[in-house]
Amino acid sequence: MFFRLSDEQQEIRDLVRRFAQNEIAPQAERWDEENHFPREIFKPLAEMGLTGLLVPEELGGSQLSRLAGALIYEEIGKADMSTAVWLSVHNMVTGLINKFGDEEQRLRWVPGMTGGDLLGAFCLSEAHAGSDAANVRATAIRDGDDYILNGTKFWVTSAGVADIYAVMARTSDAGGHGISTFIVEKDTPGFSIGKRERKMGLHASPTGELIFEQCRVPAKNRLGEEGDGLKIALSSLDGGRINIGAISTGVAQAAFEVATRYAGERSAFGQPIGAFEGIQFMLADMAMKIEAGRLLVYEAAFKMDEGEPAASMHAAMAKCFASDIAMQVTTDAVQVLGGAGYVRDWPVERYMRDVKVAQIFEGTNQIQRLVIARALLGELAAGK
Amino acid sequence: MNIVVCMKETPSTTAEKSFTADMRLERRKEDAIPNPFDEYAIEEGLRQQEKNPGSTVTMLCMGPATATDTIRKALAMGGDRGVLVTDPALAGSDAISTARVLAAALTKIGYDLVIFGNAAADAYGGVVPSAVAEFLGKPLLSYASQLGIAGDKATIQRQAEIGYNVVEAPLPALVSVVKSINEPRYPSMKGIMASKKKPLDTFSLADLGLDAATVGGAAAREKALGAEKVSTQRKGEIYVGNDGAADRVVAFLVEQKVL
Ligand SMILES: Cc1cc2nc3c(=O)[nH]c(=O)nc-3n(C[C@H](O)[C@H](O)[C@H](O)COP(=O)(O)OP(=O)(O)OC[C@H]3O[C@@H](n4cnc5c(N)ncnc54)[C@H](O)[C@@H]3O)c2cc1C
Repeated sequence: MFFRLSDEQQEIRDLVRRFAQNEIAPQAERWDEENHFPREIFKPLAEMGLTGLLVPEELGGSQLSRLAGALIYEEIGKADMSTAVWLSVHNMVTGLINKFGDEEQRLRWVPGMTGGDLLGAFCLSEAHAGSDAANVRATAIRDGDDYILNGTKFWVTSAGVADIYAVMARTSDAGGHGISTFIVEKDTPGFSIGKRERKMGLHASPTGELIFEQCRVPAKNRLGEEGDGLKIALSSLDGGRINIGAISTGVAQAAFEVATRYAGERSAFGQPIGAFEGIQFMLADMAMKIEAGRLLVYEAAFKMDEGEPAASMHAAMAKCFASDIAMQVTTDAVQVLGGAGYVRDWPVERYMRDVKVAQIFEGTNQIQRLVIARALLGELAAGK
Repeated sequence: MNIVVCMKETPSTTAEKSFTADMRLERRKEDAIPNPFDEYAIEEGLRQQEKNPGSTVTMLCMGPATATDTIRKALAMGGDRGVLVTDPALAGSDAISTARVLAAALTKIGYDLVIFGNAAADAYGGVVPSAVAEFLGKPLLSYASQLGIAGDKATIQRQAEIGYNVVEAPLPALVSVVKSINEPRYPSMKGIMASKKKPLDTFSLADLGLDAATVGGAAAREKALGAEKVSTQRKGEIYVGNDGAADRVVAFLVEQKVL
């Protein structure tokens, strides 16, 4: 057992921390307030090599380990969860095209995506396909050299601001094996953006609906084989879960730091509130939970880098635990600040609003527990 | 063009500072960063390299053996190679010793353009660039807020009370830069990984042909006698009421030359 980041990992973390604290954190409050999607930060992120984390250098990527990725997402999440979320989705889609695309597809889209010119979106969920992802009803019917797409996608991160949409649509009735993945570029005729959701938090990351009406997409935009769509979509989940765990850790850490500072500055009954045991115990619990969540995230990332078969279960554990504790920690941070915590002059209410979604997307935390139980109990838990 | 950037390792500005019994700053590896003022020199070196194809950039540092990490941090931003001058005899060097060593190293490496930050964030002496120029017998263009190279001539703008002065010198020349000259880049992930593979040479005093008696604590003419925490005593004055308070505030602002 060796609990120390390598010099290179520390350097990456320190650098991203410096960047995130200087260029992102000071703006996060305004972006939230104004529902502003900060496209202007996409290019600087690309220049640092953060938009092609899963892609090799020859396509403009920086191909880092999952552990380095976790350090990066933790720091960006600490500065602004919205930015970390759309960045994570973008990297996931870029990684999918790199992994499942043919040579032509990779050369066509990946360099623009790693270069900060083309933003990616991941489009799986629908009205009736959330946790039950295989229940996709959007259709793609083959027509000569094209497919005709019809249907509606829900909950798409970066809907309307992205340039490249990875869309899962049904090409046959074969359930989970009847879904295919298509790359749809913005401005394709028949493809439009529906309503933008008005969310509890994550205001700087637009989430919305995609509408496909007789949308003609060339067959050469299909990623992988027909019927492999769900497999392709789900292949990104383990990594995505680690990212969400890391982002949650970052948000929790940010909330903890504000709460700790406030406990030293705010006085009540003639002493700093941090001198009260009731506050001390809350802070101690917060620190303990964050540390435990962080270690789970790092361990899952490490296992994934090592190609361990148990990595999937650990990714589920990391996502579930880190987001659950982040919800607790941010809620407690609001409590430590009292009334100040409930108003927007302090960032903790935003942290609490933002991080709630980490328990919901990338597989709800109920689904994570299901994944863990199935890994532990096998057929018994799978109900077979 | 052979560009050399002189960069110092300093403790991070937020690090807790402490001193040894003989009043030397205790340097901890964890706190070490490239001198923040030198980031502008590094950036300027890289920009001059971009503008003058075929140029090389060398990061030159005199410091403890562990300063290789700090040089690599600079190399993560860009540049071709690093040179560290390190020797146990260098401990306790003052500004003049440092300049003597840097001048010897520059002579050994070769240079057309040498770029410095205008001071170091730890000691704030700001004399090393001019002392190095003196040892080398080469011109120094100091406090540059803009730098241009044309042919074998360097031209700078130096901020003045009103407007700026334009100063030029033939290459090889030394330039010290101020913060307004550029906006230092963030290293990239690729840069961090590439920095580990860039050549980094280490020179001792013997390699530079310097006599240990002429440098380091032995030769230091600067002596630190003591160090104290800066204590900021705020002196507040409160003017109350309608009765002339506004006039007193105005008088105060005039006195402070704000109005
Ligand atoms: C801000 C935001 C961004 C998103 N971004 C994207 C995106 O970019 N791309 C994309 O495709 N999707 C995205 N989503 C969708 C997200 O992945 C889904 O919301 C999520 O998978 C849950 O699906 P659902 O909302 O349909 O909930 P449901 O599946 O309807 O779940 C409702 C409740 O039932 C529980 N439940 C469901 N099945 C089970 C079970 N078997 N056992 C126990 N409990 C169960 C759930 O845990 C939950 O508590 C996003 C969502 C949000 C809120």
